[in-house]
Amino acid sequence: MSVGAPRGLASSGQKPIAEILHPLSAAEEPLSVTVNVGGDKEAGLTNGTPVDTSSPASASSLFNRLQLDDDLEADVRDLYASTETRDLFVTVDDPKKHVSTMETYITYRVSTKTTRIEFDLPEYCVRRRYQDFDWLRTKLEDSQPTHLIPPLPEKFVMKGVVDRFSEEFVETRMKALDKFLKRVADHPVLSFNPHLNAFLSAKDLNKRQGLALLTKVGESVKHVAGGYKLRARPAEFCAMGEYLDTFTQKLGTIDRIAQRILKEQSEYLTELREYGTVYSNWAASEDELQRPLEGVAGCVTTCCGALDEQSENMSQDFLPVLREYILYIESMKNVLRKRDQTQAEYEGRLEAAILRKQEDRTPMPVEVEKCQDKVECFNADLKADWERWQSNKRQDFKQLLTGMADKNINHYEKCQAAWESLITLLQDKQTEDKTSETN
Amino acid sequence: MMADSASTEEVAVIGNTDITSAESENNIINTMVERGTALLRKMEINVAEAEKRTGKNTVNMQETYTVYLIETRPAESVPEGGTPATPDTLWRRYSEFELLRMYLLVTYPYIIVPPLPEKRAEFVWHKLSADNLDPDFVERRRVGLENFLLRVASHPVLSNDKIFFLFLTEEKGWREEVLDTGFQDKVDSRLKSLSAMFRVKNPDKRFTALKQYSDELNTVISQLLRVRARVADRLYGVYKVHGNYGRVFSEWSAIEKEMGDGLQSAGHHMDTYAASIDDILEEEEHYADQLKEYLFYTDAVRSVCRKHELIQYELEMAVQDLAHKKQQKEELATGTVRVFSLKGMTSKLFGQESQEQRESRLAALDQSIQEGEETVMEKNTECKEFVRTAWEDIERFKEQKDKDLREALISYAIMQISMCKKTKGEDGSAATRTEPSI
Repeated sequence: MSVGAPRGLASSGQKPIAEILHPLSAAEEPLSVTVNVGGDKEAGLTNGTPVDTSSPASASSLFNRLQLDDDLEADVRDLYASTETRDLFVTVDDPKKHVSTMETYITYRVSTKTTRIEFDLPEYCVRRRYQDFDWLRTKLEDSQPTHLIPPLPEKFVMKGVVDRFSEEFVETRMKALDKFLKRVADHPVLSFNPHLNAFLSAKDLNKRQGLALLTKVGESVKHVAGGYKLRARPAEFCAMGEYLDTFTQKLGTIDRIAQRILKEQSEYLTELREYGTVYSNWAASEDELQRPLEGVAGCVTTCCGALDEQSENMSQDFLPVLREYILYIESMKNVLRKRDQTQAEYEGRLEAAILRKQEDRTPMPVEVEKCQDKVECFNADLKADWERWQSNKRQDFKQLLTGMADKNINHYEKCQAAWESLITLLQDKQTEDKTSETN
Repeated sequence: MMADSASTEEVAVIGNTDITSAESENNIINTMVERGTALLRKMEINVAEAEKRTGKNTVNMQETYTVYLIETRPAESVPEGGTPATPDTLWRRYSEFELLRMYLLVTYPYIIVPPLPEKRAEFVWHKLSADNLDPDFVERRRVGLENFLLRVASHPVLSNDKIFFLFLTEEKGWREEVLDTGFQDKVDSRLKSLSAMFRVKNPDKRFTALKQYSDELNTVISQLLRVRARVADRLYGVYKVHGNYGRVFSEWSAIEKEMGDGLQSAGHHMDTYAASIDDILEEEEHYADQLKEYLFYTDAVRSVCRKHELIQYELEMAVQDLAHKKQQKEELATGTVRVFSLKGMTSKLFGQESQEQRESRLAALDQSIQEGEETVMEKNTECKEFVRTAWEDIERFKEQKDKDLREALISYAIMQISMCKKTKGEDGSAATRTEPSI
């Protein structure tokens, strides 16, 4: 970014803690840190473009990012980072069903342990329902528009198709909510959001009050003026956008394939069930062969059960995660768009200001500097969050794919065991017959 | 394994051909089958190859057909370091096998004659070609024909048949030999027994039960084969759709940095998985063939039952006929008319017959009765013999069926296990490979 000498840079967001350095302090000393930290080759940007370290502004954002990268590294190394760096622990568990005259719903226990001064007590235990999580996420999106907010499990489920109160569904949803909350709690900026505080500690989450605690950045970004055209999007953000477009496309394809597989499997299952029945029928008209045939019928039935389970796993564990990410990517693209708008506004105003300066030598208006601030903060926040997002995404999909592979293996192991026990049965009979023949 | 001509329990000497050729002409009584030992060819039989030929057929049109190479050699142990003797070979086409079988069916109506593999592919699932010239079909038929020959060669009765022996050893002139036996005359009688709608007064319960069982078995195996084909079809679909994952994972891996390798290998595994179904289903066809053999066997069982019914019916008719004649004689002798007869009436009406006439009529009746008694005795013996020999073969068949089908089920289970292991291997290695690189 080659702009005129930037003077004071406003701080980004609310004053968190020393974790995020004040940009001004970085301006004084040129940093000599390299892009790669601690051997993590992805500490840089996704497309490996080296960051322009010439301007102190970007140096500060670089420093910010590196700080975050440290945390990220910790995350990458350890699923749940070491306790030295974390001072906020959250858990979602213990689902309970509530029946009222108006509706039936599930609540989850949300437990918090913390040493942070922002919280009045060191421990909290509240009950929340999905709606509350949804509220929290919306509030986070609104108040921290420059950040990527982790995804929630799908909101709507087809009433006829999925049983919202089945153990498996509730279990799956709960795990996703737990993951969501943990990711928010681990985020250096989001975890200090007052809405999160309220969510974790308030006895009654009075959502209608709408805690009007928008951050400064939130405010400012909310009021991004439209109508400015973006000149040149920095390459890294282009790459992000392209990546998201392709990725969401691939996820969509995978979703479609998975659904087709489910359909094919269901038809296969129907035929397989009938197949087992025919063996049973046959057994009825045989003497010696009755037990072997019944045995085969039993094996086929076992395989049917295993396949049924597998199909359920796919629709309950696999597809929801895909869909979550597709929704998540949509919201991420919105954030990217907002960033573009912010930059466009800055560029527009800057251009206007430069023209005026040339004419009558008026100093750079404060608005332009504010815009520059906004852009830089936005870019910094986004880049940092992008890394975090990539890491989480890798984790999620690794879990997903290996989980599915494991379940597949289990499925085949079940089938194999059934057939193996049948062979034992049949071969025992054979040796029985042989010995009785020779006697 | 289906039939086993080299099994140690069944050993025969080739030199007995002269005796057996005489036997084969006497088709009702088979006296040479001793309990516990079956006369067998002590020879190895193989249907080694199949070849396409073209030639002119009976209506002088060009046709393409397949011939099969039959190899035979004496089953003696090979000396240390020596090579086995070169086999004798000849070529036969499917229609010749059919001719042989028809001959056996007609000549040994009390024997459950092993079936031939199907002429046309049936119970196919969509991918399997129903084309008779398809190499997979030809290969399976080759195996089926070999199996047929081994079954006949290990049968205690059929293995002694001269025509069968010539089928294996005389390429030219065999056709004339078969036709010379005049078996074709009996073909009609066989058809009659299969299709006739007569009712037996005292059906043999054992045969009734057997026919019923055979019908049930036929129904259930047909059903099984049909459903199996549908299952195969569906399974094919499942596997192939998984193949679509291969491409999308590959495309996805292109936009990833660290996950790229893991995704690439996951995609590759999906492709391998999808491709594996072809082999899996091809193997299952072997199981289907084993079931089909017994499906076709039920037809042979049914025709034995029907033949018995015919013999039984003829016996009952002969008995009835004799009784009728005896009654006629009694009436004539005593002058009483118990049963109305037109002849009796007319003779009463149109004048008494002379003593001479009466006596000549009595004599004729006596003659007729004597003949009738002989017929009844013959039929009775025929029936008894048929029942005895048929039931011996039926018991043998039942044991064979139980053993064979049990083994077929075991090998089916083994096939399923190996399929599980193989697929697990694909997924297992996918899991371990994606883990470190994602």
